[in-house]
Amino acid sequence: MAELHVELVAADRRVWSGEARLVVARTSSGEIGVMPGHQPLLGVLESGPVTIRTTGESGDGTVIAAVHGGFISFADNKLSLLAEIAELSYEIDVERAERALEKAKSDLDAAAERRADVRLRAVAVAR
Amino acid sequence: MGAQLRVYKRRIKSVKATKKITKAMEMIAASRIVKAQRQVAASTPYAEELTAAVTAVAGGAEVKHPLTTEVEAPQRAAVLLVTSDRGLAGGYSSNAIKAAEQLTQRLSSEGKDVVTYVVGRKGVAYYNFREKTVADSWTGFTDSPVYADAKRIAAPLIEAIGRDTADGGVDELHIVFTEFVSMMTQEPVDRRMLPLTLESSDAEPEAGKKAAERVQPLYDFEPSAEEVLDALLPRYVESRVYNALLQAAASEHAARRRAMKSATDNAEELIKSLTRLANAARQADITQEISEIVGGASALADASAGSDR
Repeated sequence: MAELHVELVAADRRVWSGEARLVVARTSSGEIGVMPGHQPLLGVLESGPVTIRTTGESGDGTVIAAVHGGFISFADNKLSLLAEIAELSYEIDVERAERALEKAKSDLDAAAERRADVRLRAVAVAR
Repeated sequence: MGAQLRVYKRRIKSVKATKKITKAMEMIAASRIVKAQRQVAASTPYAEELTAAVTAVAGGAEVKHPLTTEVEAPQRAAVLLVTSDRGLAGGYSSNAIKAAEQLTQRLSSEGKDVVTYVVGRKGVAYYNFREKTVADSWTGFTDSPVYADAKRIAAPLIEAIGRDTADGGVDELHIVFTEFVSMMTQEPVDRRMLPLTLESSDAEPEAGKKAAERVQPLYDFEPSAEEVLDALLPRYVESRVYNALLQAAASEHAARRRAMKSATDNAEELIKSLTRLANAARQADITQEISEIVGGASALADASAGSDR
């Protein structure tokens, strides 16, 4: 089965890279699923979970990442997900995110609330 | 102990104490270079992917975006200078400042007003002392910058470039920082960030070139080319600033390590020559004592020989 190469990079590190057969992300105009051989694409990502269905060397499975803004670009069967902050679902400290959400709600800090919410949503999708 | 000898001993002790400090600073700087280098390496994938994406949009799409098109008669240019917060790093900060001054001169000779932004206490002190105006400055993080710092710096720059020149906006954006070439070589460089010059998009020259050489595929833009570019360019500026900050931090540590190494070597040299002088003084003291004893003894002998008679 055809596969595409995925690079998920945050500003300060490479978060994940490997082979996948489907990547589902959310751009500002809606959910988009990218499979091998997709037309070259460049889009603006919304904050939210990104689902990567892995295959090939990476093994069949699912990788979920919380992506806080950024871009998706696909060309030559290579997909790049760029985000200032990106975390894999299992890296996320649920308790800490929950506490951050509580705190952000009481402080009325919209940005922090969104960040915590994205993390929790990514964990929820991964379960 | 003679007075001269005591003076030498005291100086040796003080130089030894200084040497201990410079040695410690050298080792601290050396360990931080490695960390800073690792950070530069870790930030490269993002910078490369972003450059590739910017190249794709700017080259592939027929978009007229204010940030990618050259202004016909640029009137104002912003220069961001990256220096260090702390001294004791040899010529690190002054070299960067010199490069910025040269760039400023070149830009003003081309008839552009220069607006200066400064990072690092040393640069701020330089401009304050000469009473030159600085549009904005940031201090306190130059030895280990994080992405949020870059974001904070980039925000007013992006705002300035987005504004009309008539309202005090700028047409060009330059950055001066010290490039980390190797452990031994760090060079102050000036780069033009905006408008985009993709040929010399230099933080990662290979990636830029490769991307430019490749035939540009026809991209599908989500939601539209303009909006993608609008979102992409601030991130691009941030990532370039971040990369510059990280390289500057690595360079700062390398420069400090070298400066402290030569300070340690000088201290060793000084201790050696002072020890020689102290030895000579001690020897002179001993010689003098001996000749005093001999002189005293013979005087006594002469005196007693005289009284026998």
